[in-house]
Amino acid sequence: MRGTSERIVQPSEITGTCERLVEEGARLQMAYAWFPEPGGPAEVVYLADRGPHEPFAVLRCKVPQESVCLESLAMRIPLLSWYEREMTDLCGITFRGHPDPHPLVLHEGTHPSMPPLDPRYPTNEPMPYSEQPWELPPIEGSDVQVLPFGPVRADVLESAQIVFYYVGEAILHCHPRLFFKHRGMEKRFEGVDPALGVLIAERISGVDSVAHSLAYCQAVEAASQCKVPERALHLRTVLAELERLYNHLHYLGHLCHTTTLKVGEAEGKLLEERCKKLNGIFTGSRFLRGLLKPGGLRRDLDLQDLPLELRMLEPEIAEYIAALEKTNSHLDRLITTGYLPQQIAFDQGATGPIKRASGIERDLRRDHPYAAYDRFEMAVPMRTEGDAHARAQVRMEEIRNSITLILKALASMPEGPVNVSIDSPRGEEGLGWCEGSRGSIYYAVHFDHAGRVARVKVKSASFSNWRVFPYTVHDTNMMDYAINEASFGLTMAGCDR
Amino acid sequence: MPVWTLFGLKHGIATENWPDNAKKDHQTGVLGFPRLEPDRCEENCRACADVCLPGAIGINSSENGDRLTIDYGKCIACQLCTESCPNEVLTKSNDWAFGVRSRNDLIWAEALTSKPAQELSENIRKYFGRSLHIRHVDAGSCNGCESELQALNNPYYNLHRLGIFFTPSPRFADLLLVTGSITYAMHDPLLATYNAMPQPRWVMAMGTCAVSGGVTGGGYSCGNGLDGVLPVDLYVPGCPPNPSAMIQAILLLLNRSKQQVHGGHYAQ
Repeated sequence: MRGTSERIVQPSEITGTCERLVEEGARLQMAYAWFPEPGGPAEVVYLADRGPHEPFAVLRCKVPQESVCLESLAMRIPLLSWYEREMTDLCGITFRGHPDPHPLVLHEGTHPSMPPLDPRYPTNEPMPYSEQPWELPPIEGSDVQVLPFGPVRADVLESAQIVFYYVGEAILHCHPRLFFKHRGMEKRFEGVDPALGVLIAERISGVDSVAHSLAYCQAVEAASQCKVPERALHLRTVLAELERLYNHLHYLGHLCHTTTLKVGEAEGKLLEERCKKLNGIFTGSRFLRGLLKPGGLRRDLDLQDLPLELRMLEPEIAEYIAALEKTNSHLDRLITTGYLPQQIAFDQGATGPIKRASGIERDLRRDHPYAAYDRFEMAVPMRTEGDAHARAQVRMEEIRNSITLILKALASMPEGPVNVSIDSPRGEEGLGWCEGSRGSIYYAVHFDHAGRVARVKVKSASFSNWRVFPYTVHDTNMMDYAINEASFGLTMAGCDR
Repeated sequence: MPVWTLFGLKHGIATENWPDNAKKDHQTGVLGFPRLEPDRCEENCRACADVCLPGAIGINSSENGDRLTIDYGKCIACQLCTESCPNEVLTKSNDWAFGVRSRNDLIWAEALTSKPAQELSENIRKYFGRSLHIRHVDAGSCNGCESELQALNNPYYNLHRLGIFFTPSPRFADLLLVTGSITYAMHDPLLATYNAMPQPRWVMAMGTCAVSGGVTGGGYSCGNGLDGVLPVDLYVPGCPPNPSAMIQAILLLLNRSKQQVHGGHYAQ
């Protein structure tokens, strides 16, 4: 895979090789399977981050066709647990010794004729499904109550079910049942022209449209080895930061909603709306859609008046944040709520502001720069408290940094073309990544011999953070749950895909 | 909490009196659905249809030559057709108020021959006065529609001023507002929510996914929107529809605004 340091390993070596990587300080980022030849054996790909400015490590392992089984790494590298379960559901590969061998992405009661991501599975064949009761851990004790919350929840929220085991106010155990919204988006890319794939990537997670389409475009560009013009790189940086800005402001407003700080909520969502309006005025799309394409941007943007608008917004955001930070009733609900220790954050795969609030200082924009990020000095806000307040503070600082970054990128905006035509990436493959507002996003894109997309793996930030989130809920109380969930800033669409 | 009282007083009111004041719709610059001028179309050119991922653009071949058709219920307003068309048959526009009562009104017809908009129950005002309670169900969206639905309660749009509220329980709801292309896992919870609503009740398909499946419909785990699942009273395409388009459509349901689109033609 272009842009990575790659190794082919045998099924018997995979455990040892991964363990050595981790001992050397690397952190696994994702794992997925694909079928290089229709009807042929599957191949599992592991991706690891070996540290700042080191190429990503990729391990590839052919799955034995007789057993369709590999050794599970989930006991040693817990963050791989969900990736292995996903591969079982979607690619039909089993993992020996998995500690939690239950379906994850496909609910119990689905009966696809073959694994849906097998290229022989028709692109438009619905899976037979009959609803089945969900297997839950056994409950002991007469006072323990079970509350299934969702999948249709209060307010305008995305669908998910959270099952609580609780006694009075105290939550004993929280069991999220997710993937109600699994739309099979990775299958959608199969056979699509690389230029049209962007439209699918934009719709994986609507509020992360730029982050997803950027990671996708970069993967296609890596595969076809094209050099994106400097002006496009700067514009992409501006767009990615505009997306972070409106998402983080929404986050602060929504957090106020859960602590019932009404004016704080109104102001956060008002500032979010102002940013979305700016997106509409300057790009034609409130979600910054329809702008990126492999090779650069679809059209040039006139952002001459954007600095003026941002400079007007900046003091208002500063005033808002300052007011939040001196509101005791708000802070009381955040401080010590939803504590995520650094070790759990690392082991279970937390990403983005969540891991940075638990003392892990990593940011793809600085550590593996893309677009024009390496042209600018990048501060990475970090906290060590690991609570809801720390997660909010990291985002507050990122808002300030985003505005600075946009202004710098606009001030040094080079002239010139905004796209180049790309060579058809026949039989190639590429990796793209992006630090979205919720954390790291990876796209691995494989092309067939006609230059069409054969397989896309999407690793979204919320997939990682939903895996981590329940660790902060056990042994807390019901009153804090909504605040804690809001403090994670999760999306379902990105997680479920 | 004097900090926030002062804060609120100092900042004043952000809400605008749209739609009474038509100019203050908050959607400056926002691109809507492409406009179609088929007379300029070149023969044997498939440029627009080839780049249309959801298949909204079709070409009907007949003795009189090829004729372009467009189904706005499938269009995701990605603007690729407007960029690929050599003759400006399809052009960018700011037309976004696409809420319609009949699905057929989203399909571009050669002339304005479509049936007059099917009238919703004349009695809607009798039942609800001017107020409406909405239960939203996300049946597999990308979260874009939810983001805009959440925006309806921000100070700019301030949906409450129009007597329209989101309610947590389907028992109190008049309208079921559905987003997403209906995944297999959300199909039954969606029906359960509908069945829990008292009658009379209405259903709105919000966003292109709920109208037709859009880019996400079909496949191994999705349906193709609400048609055939529930009786739909109002279709609102858009990817996603902007908050003003959402409000316009809800008011249309209440007979408080006019339908802008008939037979795929947008009223100017």
